[in-house]
Amino acid sequence: MRRSVRYTFASMGISAGDEVRFKFSSDQSLLVYFGQPPEADRSEDRPLQNQTTIQANSKVRKLLRLLQQEPVAGVRNLHPGYCSLLVKFDALRMRHEEVEAILREYLERLQEVELPEARLVEIPVCYGGEFGPDFSEVAGLHGMTGAQVIELHASVEYHVYFLGFVPGFAYLGELPEALVTPRLATPRRRVVAGSVGIAGNQTGVYPFATPGGWRLLGRTPVKMFQAGREQLSLLSIGDRVRFVPISAERFVKLEKEWA
Amino acid sequence: MGVIQVIAPGLFTTVQDLGREGFGPMGVSPSGAADAVSLRMGNRLVGNAEGAAGLEMTLLGGTFEFPDGAVLALTGSDFGATLDGKPVELWTALEAKPGQTLKLGPTQTGARCYLCVRGGIEVKAFLGSASTHILSGLGGFEGRALRKGDVMKIGAASGSARKRRVSARALKEMQPRKVLHVTPGPQEDWFPEASRRVFYESTYRVAEETNRMGIRLQGASVAKAAEGELTSEGVSLGAVQVPEGGLPIILFVEQQTTGGYPKIANVISADFHSLGQLRPRDEIRFERVEYHTARALRIDQEKLLASEELLFQ
Repeated sequence: MRRSVRYTFASMGISAGDEVRFKFSSDQSLLVYFGQPPEADRSEDRPLQNQTTIQANSKVRKLLRLLQQEPVAGVRNLHPGYCSLLVKFDALRMRHEEVEAILREYLERLQEVELPEARLVEIPVCYGGEFGPDFSEVAGLHGMTGAQVIELHASVEYHVYFLGFVPGFAYLGELPEALVTPRLATPRRRVVAGSVGIAGNQTGVYPFATPGGWRLLGRTPVKMFQAGREQLSLLSIGDRVRFVPISAERFVKLEKEWA
Repeated sequence: MGVIQVIAPGLFTTVQDLGREGFGPMGVSPSGAADAVSLRMGNRLVGNAEGAAGLEMTLLGGTFEFPDGAVLALTGSDFGATLDGKPVELWTALEAKPGQTLKLGPTQTGARCYLCVRGGIEVKAFLGSASTHILSGLGGFEGRALRKGDVMKIGAASGSARKRRVSARALKEMQPRKVLHVTPGPQEDWFPEASRRVFYESTYRVAEETNRMGIRLQGASVAKAAEGELTSEGVSLGAVQVPEGGLPIILFVEQQTTGGYPKIANVISADFHSLGQLRPRDEIRFERVEYHTARALRIDQEKLLASEELLFQ
């Protein structure tokens, strides 16, 4: 029953090589993959492959947007990833084949989907010290000074590929090449909420105290996910993010404002 | 409208309903009852809509007082419940008179016991659901497990509740399984034939560090053939992921919404309630079924749950 359908866009004038594949994920979910097969060899350090991932991710966002604007009866949840979208459906109402057929109709219309202009969200971070327990080690690994690590991490605008893992956790990329660092060999049992970490060429902020294996450079006083706020999650898929270095004094002040 | 006073909370007792669907794009998993079948039947027994909020107790139950009385039902595993000292039966509606105390102890069967009260437990909904999401501290009663001294409101009930019990046939058919049906996972082909054989022929033991996020297993290691990492993708409820080290983890109701480990299999939706009754040290096996079988089993289960005649006696 495994299905892996090649689907080219030749008829729609999209450049050759683009493809969509479907895979059964469970008896009530279907995965839609864009671009490169996920089985392609890639090193642990660089899960993101720049242009290919960005192109695939924009299709993920377009399909997600279309499905949110025109919901399909029986589709119950959507989980976007870097290059894929998991579609969960009511197994009592639909079969995989029917969901796939509907999704194919949506896919034919991807070209007409306009993605909203990316918002730029600035996130203040206090780097190093008690806020970033792995900061010194990361600097050491790359033969850099702390100031250089901060400058690099805060030097680029990151793209929010998707939110996952826990509520409000945004997968951001790509990290400047010189900062690419493997994740910890043994994950921490508890990472403090607001911790800013790096893993491979990704970076992100832990919204809640959770276990985690990313190397922690600093912490933000900003609440990444808050019940009762109009926008529960500070970040949404497709946003741009820039980290702004702040002092420990400023951290304490902002933390009070956010409390 | 009455209240429930928590005299003792038990080991880990939370408010749960059938969860919140549709918030995957924000990274929010559905949460909801670990054994949804037991919660649904408990609610039906007391005359609630099947998705009303109840209490989910884990391994060791609590002690609860009903100052204004209540119509209640206990479902799921047997936690040796007594009402003012007199043993009470599971799977049947019963009445607690004003001031009576329901006391539960350690489990005598599976992992979870549900307390449903007529009118349901009234808490402020978060994203449309009363379910507690422990990790993020959202939903349920103040986003946390119950503590001694907590007082929960019971919702308003309409219509009349009939005295009834779940049929022997329904109990037999809904009996939690230790041999779990699975369909192939999206990365099954990452695992060579020999690894798949290990996975399907081994008995696994449920690890101590098992919770509503994931059921960790101990036993034979499942080696993957493919080198390289999976690009993080959405993961489904019941996914059996195999991290480095090869010991499978079954993603459960409070699951992460995305992940980067390959999935060898996925527990079928008709067996989710069985996952909710797994205790640490329980031994389980996996049995591979085709998608049409998974679907047929699910349809049969829903038919039973939707039928008054089949469900009750």
